[in-house]
Amino acid sequence: MSQLIEAIDLVKHFPVGKKLLHAVDGLNFHIDSGETVGLVGESGCGKSTLVRLLTRTLDITDGHIRFHGNGIGLIPARAMAEHPLRREIQMVFQDPTDSLNPRYTARDTIGESARLLTETRDANEIRRMVEEAADHVGLPRELLDRYPHQLSGGQKARVGIARAIVVKPRLLILDEPTAALDVSVQAVILQLLDRLKREMGMSFLFVSHDLNVVRLLCDRVMVMYLGQIVETGKAAEVFARPLHPYTRAMIASLPGGLTGGQASDADLLIGGDPQSPIDPDPNRCRLLGRCPRGTDLCANSAPLLQTWADGRSAACHFVTP
Amino acid sequence: MSLLAVENLSLEFRTRSGIVRALENVSLELPEGGSLGLVGESGSGKSVLSFAILGIQDAAARITAGRIRFAGQDLLANEGRAMKALRGRELAMIFQNPRVALNPIRQVGQQIEDVLRRHTDLRGKTLRARAIECLAEVRIPDPERRYAAYPFELSGGMCQRVMIAIALACRPRLLIADEPTTGLDVTTQAAIMRLIRDLGHEKGMATLLITHDLGLAREFCDKLAVMHAGHIVETGPTEAVFRTPAHPYAAQLTRATPVGQDRLENLAAIPGNLPDLRRTDLPACRFAERCERRADDCAIPLPRYEVGAGHTAFCHHPTRLEAA
Repeated sequence: MSQLIEAIDLVKHFPVGKKLLHAVDGLNFHIDSGETVGLVGESGCGKSTLVRLLTRTLDITDGHIRFHGNGIGLIPARAMAEHPLRREIQMVFQDPTDSLNPRYTARDTIGESARLLTETRDANEIRRMVEEAADHVGLPRELLDRYPHQLSGGQKARVGIARAIVVKPRLLILDEPTAALDVSVQAVILQLLDRLKREMGMSFLFVSHDLNVVRLLCDRVMVMYLGQIVETGKAAEVFARPLHPYTRAMIASLPGGLTGGQASDADLLIGGDPQSPIDPDPNRCRLLGRCPRGTDLCANSAPLLQTWADGRSAACHFVTP
Repeated sequence: MSLLAVENLSLEFRTRSGIVRALENVSLELPEGGSLGLVGESGSGKSVLSFAILGIQDAAARITAGRIRFAGQDLLANEGRAMKALRGRELAMIFQNPRVALNPIRQVGQQIEDVLRRHTDLRGKTLRARAIECLAEVRIPDPERRYAAYPFELSGGMCQRVMIAIALACRPRLLIADEPTTGLDVTTQAAIMRLIRDLGHEKGMATLLITHDLGLAREFCDKLAVMHAGHIVETGPTEAVFRTPAHPYAAQLTRATPVGQDRLENLAAIPGNLPDLRRTDLPACRFAERCERRADDCAIPLPRYEVGAGHTAFCHHPTRLEAA
């Protein structure tokens, strides 16, 4: 498989007074064509910043982003609205209610995306594209002329997905697409995403903190903690045998546990809150203070992300393959 | 005798577009020190029920039938005056979004003192000392310093701990937790839920947990009550409801939960939506229109089906154990 998008030493710092908040701190990863990658981590770990960097709506501080081999990291966020690449990377947002224009019908919402991001100007052609996208996401055509308040949560989620796929992007970034949905609808939307992935051959970056959903939908998973990737690997393997203490803690925290998981109470994090992301000590493990295994070594040297032969990687002094 | 008993409670909202029958004939029981999980999709009436128990329902709401008994007292007597003395002291609640529920312009320690001043004789230094003790009880590190913090200075998990501290300040006998961990990270969620459970055990406090996360209810509650459109459709010991759900809605809800599933295809979706509760022609079973087992008799009042010990479903066509 070829690499669709690749991040090399990606960094984003935000100035806070005279200090710097390290939101994304030296990330290296790639997403292959047709692959579904889950990005998990707690709030404030930099997931959303990373998404904004990849969609080029936020300028990077340092590093590179390659999309199909072309560097896109230096496209200024301001110029992205007009850039031909914009249609290649599309997003589905968290709350289907907040992310739809209340004064647009479903048809307007989906059509706007088609009109702005493709060269098509022919009204009939746009109508055809909108209806095709609606069919793809299982949105009945008779609902296309309704406004968001006339649609149910699941239907609004479908509109949000249709808006993103109408321009046939190569990378679809989904930011907690099921968090605002009821369990009764969640399953349908997940199955829909799984079908779209197979039918349209898109790559997905699936951002979520619902590990159970990531486990069911994703090929590979990346775990982020305070701006850094602490573990990656095939989703099935990471969930069956988590290596990094933070991943273990997340899995141990899941109510009801996971099938195949073998985490125990001893894996739970002890301290409640993460360290401050403002000017973190570069020679100190960022999990230290919460980690059940932390030692002096962790206070004096930050572990690097190591990769083993089986394609798994983790950033911890105490992990052996 | 049970600590909390809701008996055949019906509640409706009078709105401009008609009467919404939000709760109909709801009964549940919670023993001293027990824990009950109230589950169901949004709009099923979970929060309305908990607000009714505390007597803090919306002004448009009217309780049309039924009783709520707490430790033998009728909470609805005297137009809820009995309730006022108990609320905050014997019954306490923690709400969904701690940042919104806390007062943003008061120090968190003072917010604990507010409750203590209302319900106890503590004043001055002893009041402050007790407030700090409350913060320590919910395992907030460095409680003396955190006493003077404002909610915006604390993380979501810390704010939730403060709210729990407020709720537990007067050592209530019943804690109602309405989605206490929605919006928190899994690691924080686990810490908060363990805290609620441990404090419940230490103080013999009963917990009513309202959640749409069945995995959470399964791990932390002894008993489960499944709500759908203002009805309790099934209730029983947690494991029994999970293993042998009798009501079709309870069965579908457990299968729709990704916890413990190994394949995406096995996830079940529940077709349709909650019915419009303003309708006057609702069938006796409000799930009938979404149900695969619907038959003509679903329109007549629902029978009570005893699945097992303390495990009941309200359905004409339950999954019967011998058939399974």
